Amino acid sequence: MLQNKANPTINKSTGLPRKRFYRARAHSNPLSDSHFPVPLSPNHVEYSLHYPQLFPLADRTDTCKKIGFADIGCGFGGLLISLSILFPETLMIGMELRDKVTEYVKERILGLRVANPGQYQNVSVVRTNSMKYIPNYFEKGQLLKMFFLFPDPHFKEKNHRRRVISPHLLDEYAYVLQVGGIIYTITDVEELGEWMKSCLQNHPMFEPLSVAELEADPVVKLLSTATEEGQKVARNGGQTFQAVYRRITPAS
Amino acid sequence: MEGAEMEEARVEDREHDHNNTQEDAQIEESEQKNKDAEVAPALVSVHPTQNSVAVAVGSDLRVFNLLDNCAVNLVDESGGASHNDSIRCIKYGTNGKLFVSAGDDKLFKVWSTDCWRCISTVVSEKRLSAVAISNDGLHVCFADKFGVVWVVDLAGFDGSEASLDKKAAPLLSHYCSIITSLEFSLDGRFIVSADRDSKIRVTVFPSKPLDGAHEIQSFCLGHTEFVSCLAFISSPDSPQGILVSGGGDSTVRLWDIISGSLLDTCEVGAKVGQVESDATEGNCSIITGICTILDCTLIAVAIQSLRGIMLLACNLPSRTLSVTKLVSIIGENFVPTSLGSSISGGLLWMVTGASKFRGPDISPCSRVKGISGFNKNSPDSSEQEPVVLADTELPGGVKLLEKLQGSMLIDEKVFLVAADAVKTAMCNLLNKKQYSDEKREFRKRTRNDKKKKQ
Repeated sequence: MLQNKANPTINKSTGLPRKRFYRARAHSNPLSDSHFPVPLSPNHVEYSLHYPQLFPLADRTDTCKKIGFADIGCGFGGLLISLSILFPETLMIGMELRDKVTEYVKERILGLRVANPGQYQNVSVVRTNSMKYIPNYFEKGQLLKMFFLFPDPHFKEKNHRRRVISPHLLDEYAYVLQVGGIIYTITDVEELGEWMKSCLQNHPMFEPLSVAELEADPVVKLLSTATEEGQKVARNGGQTFQAVYRRITPAS
Repeated sequence: MEGAEMEEARVEDREHDHNNTQEDAQIEESEQKNKDAEVAPALVSVHPTQNSVAVAVGSDLRVFNLLDNCAVNLVDESGGASHNDSIRCIKYGTNGKLFVSAGDDKLFKVWSTDCWRCISTVVSEKRLSAVAISNDGLHVCFADKFGVVWVVDLAGFDGSEASLDKKAAPLLSHYCSIITSLEFSLDGRFIVSADRDSKIRVTVFPSKPLDGAHEIQSFCLGHTEFVSCLAFISSPDSPQGILVSGGGDSTVRLWDIISGSLLDTCEVGAKVGQVESDATEGNCSIITGICTILDCTLIAVAIQSLRGIMLLACNLPSRTLSVTKLVSIIGENFVPTSLGSSISGGLLWMVTGASKFRGPDISPCSRVKGISGFNKNSPDSSEQEPVVLADTELPGGVKLLEKLQGSMLIDEKVFLVAADAVKTAMCNLLNKKQYSDEKREFRKRTRNDKKKKQ
């Protein structure tokens, strides 16, 4: 493998990207229409681009495996990397609005694939606005798990409608999640935690997981430990607020 | 000395303020110019059994009663003009008892078609872009510019109430997208909403709509540009009907709303290119309106810059679309801005017109025309050709035209402005406005989505 002498952004020894070259503001405006390509429909998602080893051919039949986990606002990819090892048979994708951060995750995955042959082939990232285009990426009932880790709190009341968990957007998340699929949310902002919990509680298509179920789920522990954001909160001794709910068939 | 310094500071402040005001004034002026340029196209809607025809031009709502052959005087409890700003959407309910109108004045009005009295006015925070009435007439819906669809429950209305004081509840939302069209499926089970981001969402209309419509049935994805209009065709196999959509990508598409799958695509734009249309336009063949005629066996399509309509037929067993005919309007520079028809009637009503004119104060006017002679059995048969009716051949004749047009003598300018209006409206849909930094700051000052203090 060629040494990236000309590319200081990649660490020569690990092959992984250096975070300091991919710094970006924590906040990005979800309302502005950035110009990135959006697939026309879930059939148009380029699996061979995201998972080249698993999908060597460009065309995909209906029986092929589909993406099962989506990390919305995946940041620097900490959760995805952990999930990739924990669930090697599942395809997963991260969605991120910020350009630089998406590039970082791409480089991280590529570096990990090279350093660990055969591993990390089931994880990828895409730059997109998940609040507008989720139905373009996923079919009805496709996802098994959706993650919303430390989303932007949008503190001002007039900006509450920009929150990624909202009563209206939960309709779309319920649509792409299969019945029994799970939505995981966590934040270190108490008010946002209350908000997300109440949105999920009031939505007819979600029910909370029981304490026993939460304890039995290996993913739950990852919420606060696997991501850079989560580790920072732990370092500062902060509290986190979780809301983990299951997609159910609404009582008619 | 301090006093003098303070004085200076104050003077500087005032100067600074003065500069701000000047800039503000400039921005305000250009905003006003933009508003002037945002001319609203005229709209037409026809009562399901053709009891009446309604035309909206600017803020003016004009109705002609075809049963009694007379113009209608609208009764609105607020007195004065019924709407204060351009009306953007009008619709009759399929049971014929209700009519709704909404637009730039942020008012949603529900009218009883028996006495043409406004039975309810709902005030919205944002301008309104689409309206719909449930088939049973119990609920009415409107969409605002935030992409939220609201529902109002009309239960208890039996025609005798003076007016209802109703509040709207949020039904569903297309995140940050403008909803261009709202339609109920033929069996009333679903509500379909189309937006500027090429998406069509099919949602189950619940038994308690005021709690929100959370169950999405499907998304109909395939349009490559904004979706501009929706309509349903009846089919013996599907009680919900087959969905037809027209878009900015110059295509008309057929959808199965249960699965969201695309049944067929008709490249209308390409077909128009083969025919002579407005010479000044490039390949801009945006679909501006669709209307089903003759018990939904034929689909009339209005296309930007086309002086006439395109007729499409849907082959039900194969669920495919085909272009059957182009009906041109000759003798007049008439590009329809809106189409309408009764459910089973064989008459297609068309209107062209716009809300404002650059000249001196001319009251907004419109031109109404009709086409009849459609043959559903053999749409391309040469026996019976659809024909554009002369003014006297229209139901209601001259009397109707005087009321709906505002005048019998229409200036040629009307047509050109109308065609422009539709073009501008569509361009605004296509391109999200890009504001300069100063303009953005100015706009932030007047934003009205702050939560109202209780």
